Formats: sequence, structure tokens, C-alpha cells
Amino acid sequence: MVTFKIARFDPDKDKEPRFQTYEVPAEKEMSVLEALFYIVENLDGSLAFRYSCRGAVCGSCAMRINGQNRLACQTLIKKLGSDTITISPLPHLAVQKDLIVDMAGFFDKYEKIKPYLINNDPIPDKEFKQSIKERAKIDEMINCILCGNCYSACTMAATNSDYLGPAALTKAYRFYADSRDTANEERKKLVGGEDGVYRCHTLFNCAEVCPKNIVPTYSIQKLKGAA
Amino acid sequence: MGISHRHQVIVVGAGLSGLRAALEAKKEGLDVAVLSRVQPVRSHSIAAQGGINASLANAEGGHDDNWEKHAFDTVKGSDYLADQDAVEIMTKEAPGIVYEMEHWGCPFSRTKEGLIAQRPFGGAAFPRTCYASDITGHALLHTMYERSVKENIKVYEEYLLLSIVKDANACVGIVALEVATGELVTIEADAVIMATGGYGRIYNKSTNALINTGSGMAAVYMTAGVPLKDLEFVQFHPTSLYGTNILITEGARGEGGYLYNCKGERFMKTYAAKAMELAPRDIVARSIQTEINEGRGYDNEYVLLDLRHLGREKIMERLPGIRDICIHFAGIDPIDSPIPIQPGQHYSMGGIDTDPKGATSLPGLYAAGEVACVSVHGGNRLGGNSLLDTIVFGKLSGRFASEYVKTKKKSGQGQALSLHLQKIKDNIHRLENSTGKEKPTDVRNQLKETMTENAGIFRQKSKLQTGLAKVKELKERYKNIHISNKGKKFNLDLVRNLELEGKLELAEVIVAGALNREESRGSHFRTDFPERNDEKWLKHTIASFVNGAVKIDHKPVTITQFKPQARTY
Repeated sequence: MVTFKIARFDPDKDKEPRFQTYEVPAEKEMSVLEALFYIVENLDGSLAFRYSCRGAVCGSCAMRINGQNRLACQTLIKKLGSDTITISPLPHLAVQKDLIVDMAGFFDKYEKIKPYLINNDPIPDKEFKQSIKERAKIDEMINCILCGNCYSACTMAATNSDYLGPAALTKAYRFYADSRDTANEERKKLVGGEDGVYRCHTLFNCAEVCPKNIVPTYSIQKLKGAA
Repeated sequence: MGISHRHQVIVVGAGLSGLRAALEAKKEGLDVAVLSRVQPVRSHSIAAQGGINASLANAEGGHDDNWEKHAFDTVKGSDYLADQDAVEIMTKEAPGIVYEMEHWGCPFSRTKEGLIAQRPFGGAAFPRTCYASDITGHALLHTMYERSVKENIKVYEEYLLLSIVKDANACVGIVALEVATGELVTIEADAVIMATGGYGRIYNKSTNALINTGSGMAAVYMTAGVPLKDLEFVQFHPTSLYGTNILITEGARGEGGYLYNCKGERFMKTYAAKAMELAPRDIVARSIQTEINEGRGYDNEYVLLDLRHLGREKIMERLPGIRDICIHFAGIDPIDSPIPIQPGQHYSMGGIDTDPKGATSLPGLYAAGEVACVSVHGGNRLGGNSLLDTIVFGKLSGRFASEYVKTKKKSGQGQALSLHLQKIKDNIHRLENSTGKEKPTDVRNQLKETMTENAGIFRQKSKLQTGLAKVKELKERYKNIHISNKGKKFNLDLVRNLELEGKLELAEVIVAGALNREESRGSHFRTDFPERNDEKWLKHTIASFVNGAVKIDHKPVTITQFKPQARTY
């Protein structure tokens, strides 16, 4: 048996979160997400959390597990090496219910950096040419799944709600560094202000919690150099 | 009277088909919105790995590729059940939509000439599958979402579609549950486009996302009076990771991976001597299952997919996502160890019966992507054709739904919507207050078990009969299920039990169709009728919901240039 201590909170009813304890018979390769389903199906149907792919590609189930932002689906119980697992929602984001947080602020920042390819050249009949080397520059950034782990872990984003944050800035650099994008001047302005790249103090909290091993600080430093 | 909205077009589902449909309706100048069970990038399109087929002719060995070759491979792969007029549309559109996604920013991998890279996939003689390493679905969905942000597409996030609403003549809107609040919402619309994907979670070994419950498909079947087509054709992907059944892309074999049984034999030589590991999915899945069934697997559960000979560099470059999945979910590194794999439910060839415009039999109701059956995949879909299907028919359904909206006469929809809303409220009230003793988890799990056991890769009459009886029993038991959570906000218990009702209905359609079809074609293999029978069965299954049960009918297959012939690889 593994003990799960899970933060419960309904902002309409509760003044503050409380921890509720559940005992889950953990099987060999059980993930934290599977344990949450065990709880909903067998112990407490009122527990709320987000889920979709269960394969670490959709970014739904980001939450704080034993003190670190992780994806519940990618976190196997045995790897935590602990008989007690404490789960709370991603820190620094408003809780909608239990482990579900409001991601609106996160996606506002995403939208602010113009997260789409801008190319003002005439559109070719076939593809834009891009060399293997040029394409390799964005290899890491395109792996981002927008889970919010980094944004929630960032001390700067926590203390300044206008800061664009590591995910949006990684996305900004993904387009800045894309040889097909022609909007670099505009992008520099978008990320250059006091709520942009200069807010980053290179603490690398973001990189530590990325389930895709992306280092947002790298993108941010590159943009600092450019802007 | 609850919350109500109005749009000219409402798209249900925010994966590749749904977003593409919405972008097209927006381009046509209409007021369009998307309603989705999840934030768009959480949709199941994200999980596609290997690639998207288009005859770009960029790769060595494929410089003379063209749409006819792609069409032929698709039709042969379908075991001749695909409608060839629809396949022609899809394969002709393919290069254009791939270039369009590239222009919108999709980070495809590149050839040394700087062109979109293409890799070999099953059922094709040379590389036709365009890819972005092994995260092509991710790359495409993010690009499509980025485009929808650019075009200001409105999305209602985290809503569960409950019902299609129609008046005497046409579809007039939908009713949905807003998961965050538990409120029912009506959306009045002149056209509804369904793009909610498949139902993989009816099976207990599936590569699909947990949200793939088939709820959209079931809502259309149960509430729109629109039939489902060819639902007995269920694709089992040959290589899902043993344990979690997470997808291990066909690209792993496309890049040169081998399959081995426990005797160390590359057993595909017995089943498809020429194509080997790159035979189509139905054939490879059956071959693997045969090896396991005949005692040549490991633990009677799995065989091995070996990538080691590809070398670290190629694995890191072409299959980094697969490597991550293996490390995180199976604790092995494919650079050093073979991957334990088994077939898993992966895709529904069948779906809502549509024509090549995405139109259904109900005016104003359209469908695209996996939820729909045009049919371009027939009895077996080729790898790389589903991403293609989603975007091509997403676009076309958006276009033709818009055309419909612009020309249709106004009807009095308001009344139909409010009458319908009351019915649904009563239904949910009954569900919430049920004093029944059935545990939903038991019904759900028994459904999955019975489907895998009785309507899986190998089928036969007696098992299908057992399966059908079990599904009917579970439908009865569902009437007495108990929902423990009475809360309104994010009530997973309620959402999952509403989804369960639809799962049961779809399961009945799959099993009844499989029992009815006394032949073997594509993914549908009957051990008691092991041959394809064109004389009797070269026709689509059409399943309608009549008085709470499935009624089966048929419809001819459109054959244009490719006459059915023996299917060997």
C-alpha cells in the first residue's frame, strides 16, 4: 500500500486547501495518474484532476508530486521511492478545484508572443527550403508540450504575473530561430521589455521540472543576446 | 433556461480535423467556434508519431511518386473496401495540405536538399511519409493550434458534448456539459461539424488517449439519427509498448527496426516475405498475435522490436521520442535493449457515415477525421493516412458546411433546443439520483475485457455471440449504476459515466457488425471465414440506432479505377 496525501480545495466552499489521505494498492509499474484514477473509481469520486494522453505528450496532468512539478502520467510510483506521496496543484496558479489550476494566464503569455510563423515573403508553390542544420536549431524547443511545469516553477513568474515566463519565451525563440520566420525585429520587441527576457535571473528552475528536458533558459539567453 | 450561445458553425473537437474545419469556416467569413473536451493541444492528434503521407516525391526511391500510386496503395491497404472517389480526393489534396502546414510553420524534418523529409511506412514500396522526427502529430497539432490563435478561433474548452439537436429537417445545434461548472449549455448553430476522434478506450489494450471514449461518435449515433459505417473494422497497431500500450511508431520499422520472436527469428518472413516488417498493420498485428498465441512470444504476452542495429545516432535523430517513452515507461533504452511490444487497439476505420464532403444524412451535420467514415481507409488504414485524413477532410467539411450555411433557409431552432435541453436535464438528474447498486468501474472494465477477448484481432462466431450478449447485459446494468459524486464542478465521476453510456452503444455496433460480416477483410479477421468474399461482402456496413438497439444495413462500395484483386505483400 502507498499512502497518497492529496490537496483538496473548492474555492467556492473551502477557505483553504486541506490534505486528504488515501491508501492505494500500488502495482508494479503504476503511474501517479493511474493511482489518481484508482482513487476516483474506488475511494472518492469527488477528486478532480486533468488527464488526456497518459503518455507524456499532451501536457494535461502537470501537478506537484513530492515537492516537484511533474507529469502524473510520466511519474512511476516506484521511481519516487517513497511510501507516502504528496500531491498538490501546480504552485502559483489559481486553483479551480483540487489538482486543477487555471491555465488562462499561462496561455495569455503564450498568445502575447505571437506563437505562429510569420513569413512575409511570397509563398512558394512547394515547401520553404530549410537545411538540416537550420532545422536542428529548433529541435529542442519544438518538444514543448505546454504543460506549465516551468511557468509554475519560475520564481520570477510567481512574483510578477506579467512576466512572459519560460514557456512563452521558449516558443518565441522557436520562431526567432526558425530560418523561415521573417519577423525577428518584431519578435525582439515582443520579448525585450521588462516583462520579457530581462526578468529571467537564470535560476534554471524551469529546466529542472521540464518533462521534455528542455532548457528554457537557453532560449531566453539567446533572445537576451539578440534583443 | 441555462446558458446558451449561438454561432453559424460549431465544430466539436479541437484536434487536427476540428481546428482545420474551423479555420476553413473562418476563411469563408462565418462566425465559427470550437467546443472541446480538452484544451486543443491536449487532443489525441498530439500522439501521432510517424508521419503524414503525401506524394511529394522528395525521397530517394520515390522521385516518381504521384497521387495515383498513393491512391492504389491506400485502396489495396484498405482491402478494397475504401471508396475510391474519396481516396482520389484525399491523395490529390495531400501534397497541397502538407505544403500548407509547412507554410504555417510545421517543423518537418528535412532532406539534405532542404525539402520535407519522407520515410518508408507500411504498405508503400518507397518513402512517402512526411515526418517531424517521431513527433509528427505533435508538430502538426501545435502548428494548427498556432494558426487558430493567429486567426482568433474561439474555443469552448473542457465541454462534453451530450447531444446533437435537430428539428424536423436539419441539425440546429448541440447540448454540452461545461465540465468546470457542471452547467448545461446549448449552442445554436446552422451547421455542426463533428471532429471528436475515436473510441479506443472501449478496449483494454489501446494506444489511445484516455479521453478517446467515442462520446462524440456515440452522441451522433444515438441522438442525430445518423448511422455509423463499417464500425467492425478496428485497427490494432502491431507495436504498442508492453505494459502501458503506449504507441511505438511504425516509423521504428520504417527506419529499419526488426521484429523477433522468442526463438530469435525474424518471423515476418513467414507472413509477408517481401514487405517483412513493413507489411500493412492488419497483417503485422495478426502475425505478432499468431506468434504469441502459438507460444513463440515472451510470457505469452509480447515479442521484441529491435532497433539496436540502427545505432545510437540514427535513434537519437529519428526516434528520440520513442527512446524517451521506452526509458520513462518501460525502463529500457532501445539503444541497448530490444523493446517489448504487443498489438493494441489503435484506430477506428469506421465512424459516422459521411460523403466526401463530410456531409451526413442529416442536413447541417458534418463529420471529419477519425470520428467519420468517408470511407478512405476501408478495412485497414495505412500508417500515415490518418493525419492526412484529418486535415484534408477537416478542411473540406469546413468548406462544405460553410457553403451549406450560406445557402440554407432559416429555421426556428430555439424551440427544438429548449425542448431537448429539458430531456437531457432529466436524464442527468436521473443518473445523479440513481439508487442503483451497479459500480460504474465494474461495467467499464468488463466492457473493455469483453471487447478485447471477443472482438479483438481474431474473431469467430461463438465468441462474437458471447461478446454481444455481454454488451447487452452491461447495457442493462448501466441503467442501475450509481454515481457517488454529487458535486457540480469538474465532476469526473459524472463525465466518465456519461461517456460510458456511449461506449456501450458503440461496442454493440462493433460486435454486431463483426458477427454479421461473415468474411475476413482488412482488420476484420474471422477464423471461421478466413477468406475475403467480394461476391457477398464487398459492401459497407451501415448501423442505425433503432429503439435502443443496433439495426444493420448495407451500402455499396465506390470502385473507380482499381478492381479488387488478391492482396499480397
